[in-house]
Amino acid sequence: MAKVVAVTGNEAVANALRQVNPDVCGIYPITPQTDMMQRYASFISNGKVDTEAILVESEHSSMSACIGASAAGGRVVTATSSQGLALMWEMLHIASGDRLPIIMPVVNRALSAPLNIHGDHSDAMGARDTGWIQIWSENGQEAYDNTIQAFRIGEHMDIRLPVMVCMDGFIISHSIERLEYLEDAAVKDFVGPFKNLFPLLDLEKPKSYGPLILTDLYHEYKRAQHEVMMKVKDVVLDVAKDFEKLSGRKYGLFEAYRLEDADIAVVILNSAAGTTKDVVDELRDKGVKAGLLKPRLFRPFPYEEMAEALKNTKAVCVMDRSDSFGGYGPLFMEVSSALYQMKNRPALINKIYGLGGRDYLPSHGEMVFNELAEIAAGGKIRACKEYIGVRE
Amino acid sequence: MKKIFDRPKSLKRVPFRYCPGCGHSLIHRLIAECVDMLGIRERVVGIAPVGCAVFAYDYFNFDMLEAAHGRPPAVATALKRVMPDRVIFSYQGDGDLAAIGTSEIIHAAARGENISVFFVNNATYGMTGGQMAPTTLIGQRTTTTPRGRSSRPDGYPLRVAELLSTIEGVTYLERVSVDSHRDVIAAKRAIEKAFVYQMTGKGFSLVELLSPCPTDWGLSPNASLRWMREQMAHFFPTGLLKDAG
Repeated sequence: MAKVVAVTGNEAVANALRQVNPDVCGIYPITPQTDMMQRYASFISNGKVDTEAILVESEHSSMSACIGASAAGGRVVTATSSQGLALMWEMLHIASGDRLPIIMPVVNRALSAPLNIHGDHSDAMGARDTGWIQIWSENGQEAYDNTIQAFRIGEHMDIRLPVMVCMDGFIISHSIERLEYLEDAAVKDFVGPFKNLFPLLDLEKPKSYGPLILTDLYHEYKRAQHEVMMKVKDVVLDVAKDFEKLSGRKYGLFEAYRLEDADIAVVILNSAAGTTKDVVDELRDKGVKAGLLKPRLFRPFPYEEMAEALKNTKAVCVMDRSDSFGGYGPLFMEVSSALYQMKNRPALINKIYGLGGRDYLPSHGEMVFNELAEIAAGGKIRACKEYIGVRE
Repeated sequence: MKKIFDRPKSLKRVPFRYCPGCGHSLIHRLIAECVDMLGIRERVVGIAPVGCAVFAYDYFNFDMLEAAHGRPPAVATALKRVMPDRVIFSYQGDGDLAAIGTSEIIHAAARGENISVFFVNNATYGMTGGQMAPTTLIGQRTTTTPRGRSSRPDGYPLRVAELLSTIEGVTYLERVSVDSHRDVIAAKRAIEKAFVYQMTGKGFSLVELLSPCPTDWGLSPNASLRWMREQMAHFFPTGLLKDAG
């Protein structure tokens, strides 16, 4: 039986980790993730889990410790945000290159400078090319559910890759929501015991991780990483099917909200998707065929499936909560690549919103849909990329 | 009547927003008084850390630069080398200097950089809410060691000043405290000396300041001062560790 609770996003994810009971956990505080690992530290102290906690001196060391523990054959977790993820950058590539299924909740926060502790997606977008699987979550429930599923995805014998589970800093990490927890035993059973693949300390078959490979085979090694990423989508869908049987909650590669017959649509990640769904509902009540697409799996990116889902739209706005300065928003670039392969493409615009925790309001969504309606009716595209909600 | 007490020019006319009983406001003031006294307000540049004192630039009335977590000694090195006529100091907590930035402080000391470092040790990660720091005492309760720090598996507290005292590049090292009037006066003297040594080209100085954190220690301001004297000062004894000036 599921248990209905009122908890914050951080608390929910800490509880998911407790239910999984990993072997090793790297702990280092950073706002807004701090309280997740702090809660986990109290689970350890209270004997609720058997996890070996390593209180390290920086995120660089935290990820290094995770790499060691994972290569040794443990089920390993850590969590971070913002500068912490940035400091891990070097190790992120090593974790994925060594094919170590480390699970890491990332509580999304803006990057310095200027210093800002609030929610935006600059941190995880900066890590999108590190070879990690990225799963994004709209709310605390999704963050909880995605964390549990992440173990099955990353640890799958055909995959063996590290996974980031992203949720919005403060907006989700620190807000209390109604959530459904699964039973401890059900989660344990769903995730299953950790299975080793080529662990260290196997004296019969000694092995090395991350050796020097130069021009002879590095290229092939990287192609292998690309190929394994191509298998991830199917595993994500299989795991989601099993998870639905357990929880009744349905997950896919992305969520299509009132999109089937939509003329105009917004593509938007995480918590702001919730706000935008309300806007979609209001527009639908007025007879406007508006829809929404919320990506869940960002790495690997489901290009074909997304193009298929958006094929009947006339105008689409991709909304980014981070920017690639001098380029387009990172989500826009992906959606744009997905749509390019189609013969008949919708018009596509990019809005940058909500940086450093700037509020995203329903009125912003309405404004975007109004602009899309004009474009769909044959109006000109004013600006392909534009910041919204800017104080002038 | 003659005015004998005023706010230092080197402090902005804004109230401190640190917690009641926190040592940062006091230490900020001591630094500001020394800067005024030495007449260097127009050529001093401070480096703010990540941690509670990230807001140092809101209070100091001179140029400040915000560095990434743990990096102030490297930033200070560069500032001093490009602007040798300026007086450069870094203001760092134990999370900044003794954890994430341990390598920066060791190497700035080893290079004997002509900078002044003010290292505020409150035996906890203050800003993130009281997690175990490398300086946390054995037995001290923190949010990540709710049953008290144990040497296994949490390791032993790190005495950074003693560690640095073995480095030849270091000119001046002193540990002071701000738990009593006498100690505050000694602290000010040490801060002044660290500035003077830099101004006379004598090299790397670090003043470690033991400082109370009533909020994260879960003690009243008064009890915090007592805890500093009875517990902290045993493991982190105050006094001069090195003076090669």
